[in-house]
Amino acid sequence: MSILTSTHPTSSSRSGISLLKLAALGVAILLAIPVFIIVVNIFLGGSDVWQHLYDTLLFDYVSNSLLLMVGVTLGTLVMGVPAAWLTSACDFPGRSVFSWALLLPLAMPAYIIAYTYTGLFDFAGPVQTFIRDVTGLGYGEYWFFEMRSLGGAFVMLALVLYPYVYLMSRAAFLEQSANTLEVCRTLGYSAPQAFFRLALPMARPAIVAGVTLAMMETLADYGTVQYFGVTTFTTGIMRTFYGFGDLAAASQLAGILLLFVAVLIFAERYSRRKIQYHASGLRKASQRKIQLKGVSAVLAFLACLLPIVGGFVLPAAVLLYWAVFEAQSVGWDFVSLSWNSFYLAALAALITVALALVLAYAARLHKQKSVQTAVVTAGLGYALPGTIIAIGVIVPLAWLDHRIIDGVQHLTGDRVGLVLSGTIVALLFAYTVRFMAVSLGSIQSGLGKVKPSMDMAGRSLGCTPAQVLRRIHVPLLRSSVLTALLIVFVDVLKELPATLILRPFNFNTLAVRAFELASDERLVDAAPASLMIVAVGLIPVILLSRSISSANH
Amino acid sequence: MTAMPPNKMLKELKLENAAVGYQGEPVVKDANFRIVEGQIGCLLGPSGCGKSTLLRAIAGFEPLMAGSICLDNEVLSSPDELVSPEKRSIGMVFQDIALFPHLTIGANIAFGLKGWSKADTEARIDYLLDLVGLSGYKERYPHSLSGGQQQRVALARAIAPKPKLLLMDEPFSGLDAKLREELVPDIRAILLHEKVSAILVTHDQAEAFAMADQVAIMESGQILQVGTPYEIYHEPVSRFVAMFIGQGDFLPAVVCGSNCVHSDLGEIQGELDHGFASGEKVDLLVRPDDILHDDDSEFKGLIVSKWFRGSYFLYRVKLSSGKVIYCFASSHHNHSIGQEIGLSVHLDHLVMFPTEAKAA
Repeated sequence: MSILTSTHPTSSSRSGISLLKLAALGVAILLAIPVFIIVVNIFLGGSDVWQHLYDTLLFDYVSNSLLLMVGVTLGTLVMGVPAAWLTSACDFPGRSVFSWALLLPLAMPAYIIAYTYTGLFDFAGPVQTFIRDVTGLGYGEYWFFEMRSLGGAFVMLALVLYPYVYLMSRAAFLEQSANTLEVCRTLGYSAPQAFFRLALPMARPAIVAGVTLAMMETLADYGTVQYFGVTTFTTGIMRTFYGFGDLAAASQLAGILLLFVAVLIFAERYSRRKIQYHASGLRKASQRKIQLKGVSAVLAFLACLLPIVGGFVLPAAVLLYWAVFEAQSVGWDFVSLSWNSFYLAALAALITVALALVLAYAARLHKQKSVQTAVVTAGLGYALPGTIIAIGVIVPLAWLDHRIIDGVQHLTGDRVGLVLSGTIVALLFAYTVRFMAVSLGSIQSGLGKVKPSMDMAGRSLGCTPAQVLRRIHVPLLRSSVLTALLIVFVDVLKELPATLILRPFNFNTLAVRAFELASDERLVDAAPASLMIVAVGLIPVILLSRSISSANH
Repeated sequence: MTAMPPNKMLKELKLENAAVGYQGEPVVKDANFRIVEGQIGCLLGPSGCGKSTLLRAIAGFEPLMAGSICLDNEVLSSPDELVSPEKRSIGMVFQDIALFPHLTIGANIAFGLKGWSKADTEARIDYLLDLVGLSGYKERYPHSLSGGQQQRVALARAIAPKPKLLLMDEPFSGLDAKLREELVPDIRAILLHEKVSAILVTHDQAEAFAMADQVAIMESGQILQVGTPYEIYHEPVSRFVAMFIGQGDFLPAVVCGSNCVHSDLGEIQGELDHGFASGEKVDLLVRPDDILHDDDSEFKGLIVSKWFRGSYFLYRVKLSSGKVIYCFASSHHNHSIGQEIGLSVHLDHLVMFPTEAKAA
C-alpha cells in the first residue's frame, strides 16, 4: 500500500523509482502499441493490393466517408441544436421529459437502427406493402426512398448520434449567463435575435465539439455502412483484411483513416479549449425561461418529439414486436450468445477499470511530464475506430504468436496453436485500448473529489496510508468505479467491428450474431439479440438522464 | 468520561535551521522558530514565501533537507528521520476545509478517535459540537453546511483526538470578510479554552495579529523576524517587514544624535539609542498613526487624497519637500483635498534603515 505514501505531488520523486509510476508507464506503452503500429504503417511502402486500392477504390472510400460526415453533421445539427435550446431556454409542455428523453437514442447502436428501418421501409416491408395495397400500384410504378443508400446511412447515423450535439450544446446554453443575454435585450434585440446574434455564437465551440464527436463515431461505424452497401474506410479495411488477406494494405488504409481522426481530435480539443472562454458568469440563463404558447409551443413539441421517435421509440417498438411475435423462439443458442457477450464485457470492464485506477493514481501522485503524457496516451484509443484498433492489435499479436510457436517448436518439437491472436486475449486487449478513456475519465473525476488535503487530514488524524485508502478513498470512489465498470461493460456489449475481426473461431456475441443475421436478411431473427443490446445500453443512458434532470432542479 | 485519554499538552515545538524543498531545491532555508505550551504561533508572509511548505514539514508531509523539528525534545523530522504524520499527534485544519463528504458531521469529528469507547466518542462529539456552536448538526452532511460552519467542524475534527499541536493552513481564506471577523476571535477563544497550542499560516496580517502570540514573518523561504505582533509592527528589523506589516512610508532623514534624526518634519527624538552614527543618511519609517493632524503645528502638508474610515480620517499629505506620507485625524476633522493642514509627529522609537543607493 505504498500508493499513498507521498501526498505531495513532487515529493515522491525523492524515493527514486516508484512501482506505481512504472506500472502506469508500462500500461500506457502497452495501450499505445496498436496506434504506433498503424502510424508506422502509414510510412511503409505499399503492397500490390495497396496499389490496386489506390487505383480503384480509394477515391470511393474518401468521398463516401466525407459525404457521410457532411450528411451526419447537417442531420445532427438540425436535430440536436434546436432541441437543446428549446429544452434549456424555453418552457413548453413536455419540456422536462424531453430534456432527458432526447438522450435515449444513445442506447441504440447505428447498425441495429439501420436494419430495423430497412425491415420497416424496404420493398417487402409493411409500409411499402401497405402503399401497394391501397393504391394498387406494382413494383417500379411508384417512387419510394431507398433506405439502403448513402442518404439512408446518414439519416440512420444522425438519428443515433444527434445526442452528442444535443448534450454539448445544451450544456453550453445552460452555462450562458442571463446577464449577457439581458444586455443584448437592453441593446434593442428581440429574443429570437438575441438567440442568433448571441446565444448561438456563444455556444458555437460546444456545438463544434459535439459535431466532431458525432463525426468520429461516423468514421468508426462499420455495421451501418456495410449493411447499406456504402463503401467507406471501415468497409474497405474489412474487405482488404478478409477479402485479400492483406494485413499491410489494411493497416495502410487504417493509417489514412487515422489521419482523418487526428484532424477531428485536433478540432475537438481546439473547440473545447474555446468553450472555457465562452462560458462565464454566475447567474444562469435557465432561471427565467421563455414561455412558449400556441403554435410555437406545438412546433417546439414536435422539434423535440421527432428525434426521439425516429431515433428510439419507433425502432425499439419494431424490435420489440419482432422479438415477441415474429422471431424464432430463443433457445440455448441465445443463452450461450448472451453468456459470451456478458463475460467478455465483464472481463473487459474489470481489466479496463483496474488499469484505469493504476493510471489515475499515478497521475495523482506523480506530476512529472512523463506520467501525465502516459495517461493521456493511454486514453487516445477512444477516438479510434474499432477497425483500426483491431488491425493494430492483430499485427503485433500475430507476430508474437509466431515467435511463440517457433520457440516452442524449437524447444519441444511440438506445434502449438495461436496463443494470443486467435483467442479472447486479443479481444480484451482491443477493448482495453478502445475504452480506457471512458473509464479513466470517470475514475479521474471521482478521484478529483478526493482532494489531496483530505489525504492529509486523514493522516494528521492518525490514519496510516492504507487506512486513508480504505476509510476515505474507497467509499468516495465507489460510485465512479461502478459507473466506469458499467459504461465499459455496455460499450463492449455494443462493439461490433473489432469483435468481428478479432473474435476466436466460432465465437459469437450478441452484437456479432445480430449483425450476421441481419446481413443474411433474417432481420426478424436478429431482433432478440438487438433488443438485449438496446435494453442493456439503456442503463447508462438512464444514469446520464438522471444526472441531467437532478441538475435541472 | 473518565476513560478519555488525558490532554497531552505540548511543552515545546522547536524548529532548528530547518530546510525544506522539492527535488533538491530548497524552498525554505534556515528556519528557526519555537512555540511553547498554550501559545498560538503564526507564519505570516506573501503567497509563495514557503510558509505552507514549512507547515507541511511540521505536519510530516515533507521531509527535511537540513536541520530538525523537535516536539517536546523528541526529534520528529531531520534529514535522516521522518516520523510519519499519523504518529505525530499533530492536528491540521486545511485551506479547503477537506471535510469527508461521505461522512456525517459526527462521523467526521469521530474520524480520528481511534480506540475510544462508543460512549466517550459520543460525549466528545457532543462536547465539541457544543464548543463550536453547532449542537444539533451531528447527523447532517458537510454539503448542507455553510462555509463558516464547515470550518468550525474542521476545527472540531482536528482537535477531537486532543493533538499536542494544531496546524492551520490559511483556514479563513475561503470565507468572506464579515464571517472571518466573527470566526477569528471565536477560534482563538476555543483554542485557548482547550489549551491547544497552534500554528497558523496566513498572508493576512489582521488575522495574524488577532490570533497569534508569536508571529514569524517569512519571505522567499526565510524567516525574517519572530516576535509578538506589537514587536513586529513597531520594531521591524528590515524594510520588507516594515512595508509588509501595516501601512507607512520612508522619510529621508539625517542622523543628528544618538537618539535623534533630522527630517522634513524637523528634529525627532526617540526614546532609545538607534545605533547610527551622526551625519549618516537614513530612511525613517513613518506609520499613519505616527503623524497626527494638529492645526497648531509649524509643519504643514497639502492633502492629496483622503479616506473616511468612520471613526477616523486617513489623509495622504504632501510635504514641502514633495514627499507624501499618511496622516491620522479624528473623524470630526473633515478637510477637503488641496487644503493645507498642520502635522505633529508622535514617534516614540525610531525605526530606520540606511538609505539605499538609488539605482543609476
